[in-house]
Amino acid sequence: MKSGPLAYALLAAGLLVLASTPLWADNYVVRTAAIVAMYGALATSWNFIGGFTGYPSFSTAAFFGLGCYVGAICQHAGVPMMLAWLVATLMVGAFACLLGAIILRLRGHYFAIGSIAVVEVCRLVVSSWSSLTGGGDGLNLPLLTWAPEQVMRFFLFVMLGILVLSLIATALVDRARLGFGLRCIHQNEDAAAMVGINTTLYKVAAYTLSAVFCAAAGAAYASWTGYIDPTESFQILMTVKVPVMAMLGGAGTLAGPFLGAAAFVLLEEVFWANFLDWNRAILGVVIVLLVFFLPGGLLSLARKAKAKANSANSGSGGAA
Amino acid sequence: MAIYSQILANGLMLGALYACLAVGFSLVWGVLNVINMLHGSFIILGGYLTWFAWHGWGIHPVVMLPVVGAFMFALGYALQKTVINRVVSAPVLTTLTLTFGLDMILYNVMTYWFTATPRRVQLDLGSVSLGPVTLPVDRLVGTGLALVLTLMLYLVMRGSNIGRAIVAVRMDRSAAELMGIRTERIYAITFGIGALMAGVAGVVFASVFPITTNVTGTYLGKAFVVCVVGGLGSVPGALVGGLVLGLVESLAGHWFGPQQAITAGFVLMLVILLTRPTGLVGVRGYE
Amino acid sequence: MSEPILRLEGVSKTFGGLKALTDVSFALEPGEVVGLIGPNGAGKTTLVNVVTGNLPPSSGSILFEGKDVATQKPYEAARRGLARTFQIVQPFPQMTVLENVTAGALFGGGAGSVGDARDMARESLEFVGLAPLADRPAAQLALAARKRLELAKSLAMDPKVLMLDEVNAGLNSSEIDGALALIRRIAERGVTVLIIEHLMKVVLSLSKRLLVLHHGRLIADGPSAEIVADERVIEAYLGHKFAARLKERHHG
Ligand SMILES: Nc1ncnc2c1ncn2[C@@H]1O[C@H](COP(=O)(O)OP(=O)(O)OP(=O)(O)O)[C@@H](O)[C@H]1O
Ligand SMILES: [Mg+2]
Repeated sequence: MKSGPLAYALLAAGLLVLASTPLWADNYVVRTAAIVAMYGALATSWNFIGGFTGYPSFSTAAFFGLGCYVGAICQHAGVPMMLAWLVATLMVGAFACLLGAIILRLRGHYFAIGSIAVVEVCRLVVSSWSSLTGGGDGLNLPLLTWAPEQVMRFFLFVMLGILVLSLIATALVDRARLGFGLRCIHQNEDAAAMVGINTTLYKVAAYTLSAVFCAAAGAAYASWTGYIDPTESFQILMTVKVPVMAMLGGAGTLAGPFLGAAAFVLLEEVFWANFLDWNRAILGVVIVLLVFFLPGGLLSLARKAKAKANSANSGSGGAA
Repeated sequence: MAIYSQILANGLMLGALYACLAVGFSLVWGVLNVINMLHGSFIILGGYLTWFAWHGWGIHPVVMLPVVGAFMFALGYALQKTVINRVVSAPVLTTLTLTFGLDMILYNVMTYWFTATPRRVQLDLGSVSLGPVTLPVDRLVGTGLALVLTLMLYLVMRGSNIGRAIVAVRMDRSAAELMGIRTERIYAITFGIGALMAGVAGVVFASVFPITTNVTGTYLGKAFVVCVVGGLGSVPGALVGGLVLGLVESLAGHWFGPQQAITAGFVLMLVILLTRPTGLVGVRGYE
Repeated sequence: MSEPILRLEGVSKTFGGLKALTDVSFALEPGEVVGLIGPNGAGKTTLVNVVTGNLPPSSGSILFEGKDVATQKPYEAARRGLARTFQIVQPFPQMTVLENVTAGALFGGGAGSVGDARDMARESLEFVGLAPLADRPAAQLALAARKRLELAKSLAMDPKVLMLDEVNAGLNSSEIDGALALIRRIAERGVTVLIIEHLMKVVLSLSKRLLVLHHGRLIADGPSAEIVADERVIEAYLGHKFAARLKERHHG
C-alpha cells in the first residue's frame, strides 16, 4: 500500500479538522463533520474487501442497516446504548463471517450481484418481520436527554472513534500477513493459493472486517437519529456510494477512503444546498468524471504530481 | 385447485413480462460483460414516452412500440459508443459504478421532467374468463406482446448476420475479431438492442402497471434475478428465468403474502448463484 | 531403500467423459530428479494439478511422506512442501519481484514475519540470479525472467518436492542452459524434482529416471537410457527418427 507522508499529513489534518469543529463552527457544520466521519468509517471498512482484496462488494448497506436494527432492537429491550452498539457489531460481524463463507465463492460480476442481493434480502426480511422490527413503520429509539449541541458533539466523537478504529485496523492489517495475503488474492487468486494462502479464510476475514465498522456506525446512527425504517437503513444508493467514495480517494490505500468520503460528502452538501432538484444528477456526473479522469483516486493525483516534480528535479527522469 | 390455475396463469403472464424486461439486460451482460445499472430507468423511460404520447396526442401504445424502440436503440448505441465503450474491459467495480452514475443522471432528469407520480395507460379492455381463471385483457395482451417481442429478438439473434455476429463475439471475442467482425460496432449494436428491449418492455408495462421512477430499482432487481436464474446472454435463458421467477413470485405471494413474493425471487437468485452459477440453461464454463 | 516422499496409487482423473489420467501409480524417492514426458494432451499438467490439490482426483490415493493428501487444498499442498510452477506463469503482476517471492516465503515457507520473509526472498532471488530486478513490477519482466521468478517463488516456499511444468518452454538455448544449471543447483539442495519437459536434451541431461504418460496412462517408468530405447515410448512419443538420432549420438 503506497501511502506517502502526504497521505498521512492529509489524514491527520482531516481528523483534526473534524474533531475541532465544535470549537469553531455551528451545529450544521458539526453535524456534517459527524456524517463525514461516519462515511469515512464505512469507506475505510469497504476498503478491506474492495480495496485490499479487489472483490467488488456492494454489501455495505446490508451491514449498516443490520447494525441499525440490531442496535435499535437491543436498546428497545433495555440494553444500555453503548452495549447495544457492541452487540450489534459482534452479531453483524458473525453474520458477515457466515455469509462470506457462502458468497465469497463467487467471483467478478456474480459476486457483485450476489452482494447487492444481500442488501435487498435484508431489507425485505426486516420490513416483513413486523413483530420484531416494526415492519415498514420503523422503530423509535430512546432519545438522549441532553442539549442538542451536546448530542451532536457526542455523536461526532462516536463516529470519529469508529473511524479511527477502522483506520487503525487498516494500518495493522496492512503490515501483517493478512494484508499481504489479501493483496496477493487481489492480484491473482489462484497463484495466491499456490503459495500457501488459505484464500477462503483470508477473504472471509476481509469481508468480516468490512462489516464490523459498518455495523457499529449503523447502530450509533440509529441511536443518533432516534428513528429507523427499512428504506432508510438499507439503501442501494449507499451501497454504491461508499465504494465510490473509496475509489474517489484511492482504493487500497490507508487514507484514500476517508479522504474520498470527506470530498464526496462535502460535494453532496454543496449540491443539496444549491441545486436541490439536480443533486442526484450532479453526483452522477461526478461519478462518471471520476471513472474517466481519476481512476486511481485523488491520492494518485498527489503521487503523480510528486513523480513529476521528482523527474523535473533530477532532470533525466530515470527509470523510476 | 381453481385457485392454483389462477396462480399458474398469473405466474406465466408475469413471467412473460419479466422475460421481456430482462432479455436486453441479459444480452448486454453476456456480450459486453457489463452490468447495466441503467436498465431499470430505460424501461421507465420507454413507459413515460408511451404515456405522454397517449395523453398528449392520443397515440396508441402499439403505435409507440416501433417509435420507442428506434429512439431507445439510438440512445443506447450512442451511449455505448461515446461513454461505456471506454471502460468496456475494465473490472466490474468500474463498469457497474459508471452505469450507476449514468443512471443517477437519467433518473434525475426523468424525475424532474415527469415527476414521480405513478402514471398508467388505461386501456379498459375488461377481462375474460376461461373456466375458473379470470384474466384481465390488457395484461393478456401485454403478455402476448412481451412474448412476441422476445421471440422477435430470438429470431434476429438466430437468423440475421448481426445476430450471428453478436453470438460469435459473445462466445469468443478474439476469434470473432479474427473472422473480421468489428467488435466495437457489435458492442454498440448490442447495447442499442439492450436499450431497445428495455424501451419496448416499458411500452408494454405502461399499459399493465403504473409507471414511476420509484420502481426503476425494482425492475433492475427483476432483471438481475431473471438473468442469474436463467443464465446469461441468451434469449431462451431470459425466457426460462422470467417464467420461473413469475411462477415463484406468484406462488410465494399466495402462500406468504405479496411482500414475500419479492423476497422469494431474491432468495431464488442467491440459491441459483451458489449452486448453478451458469443459470438453469446457461453455458458451462462461461463467465 | 528409503521411504518414498511422494507415492501415487491408481490415480485417475476424468473430466466429464474424458479420461485425462487412468490408473497412474509411481513413487518418488527423496532427492530424486525425475523427468515426466509425453505428447501434448497426455495429462502431464493434469497430473501436477491433482498432486497439488488444484483438482481432486476421481479415484486413487496420493501419499506425501506417508500421509494421504488426495483431498488437500492447494494452499495445504504448498504449506506441506509440495511446490509447483505453472506452465503459464502466474505472477502477482503489479507487485515487485521481491514482493512476489516474499509471498512464497511468508505463506508457503513458514516465515515468522513479513520482515523474515523478505530476507528469505532476497536469498532466493540471489540464488536464481534475479536480485538486480528485485524492485521491478513482475509484469515488466521478459519471459525468461518471469520463469525464473516462478522458480524463485517456489524455492522461497522451501519445498520438499518441486514440480516444474515446462519451465523451459519458449526460452532460447542460452536461457535454457542457464535454467538447467539452476535446476541442477536446486536438486543439489536435496529437493525432489519432477520435471515436465518436451525437450529431450533437457530431460536427459537432468534426470536419470523417466516417466512416460500417453493418453493418461503411465506407459513407462525406469532409467532414462532404457526408456528412450523402449519401443512403446518410441511409438507413442519420440518417433523412430529421433530414437535413431539419439542412438547415433550415444555411440558417437
Ligand atoms: N480443467 C479441464 N477441464 C476439462 N478438460 C481438461 C481440463 N484440463 C485438462 N483437460 C483435458 O485433459 C487432457 C490432458 O490435458 P493436460 O493439460 O494435462 O495435458 P498435458 O500433457 O499437460 O499437455 P501439454 O503438453 O499440451 O501441456 C487434455 O485432453 C485436456 O483437454
Ligand atoms: Mg501441460
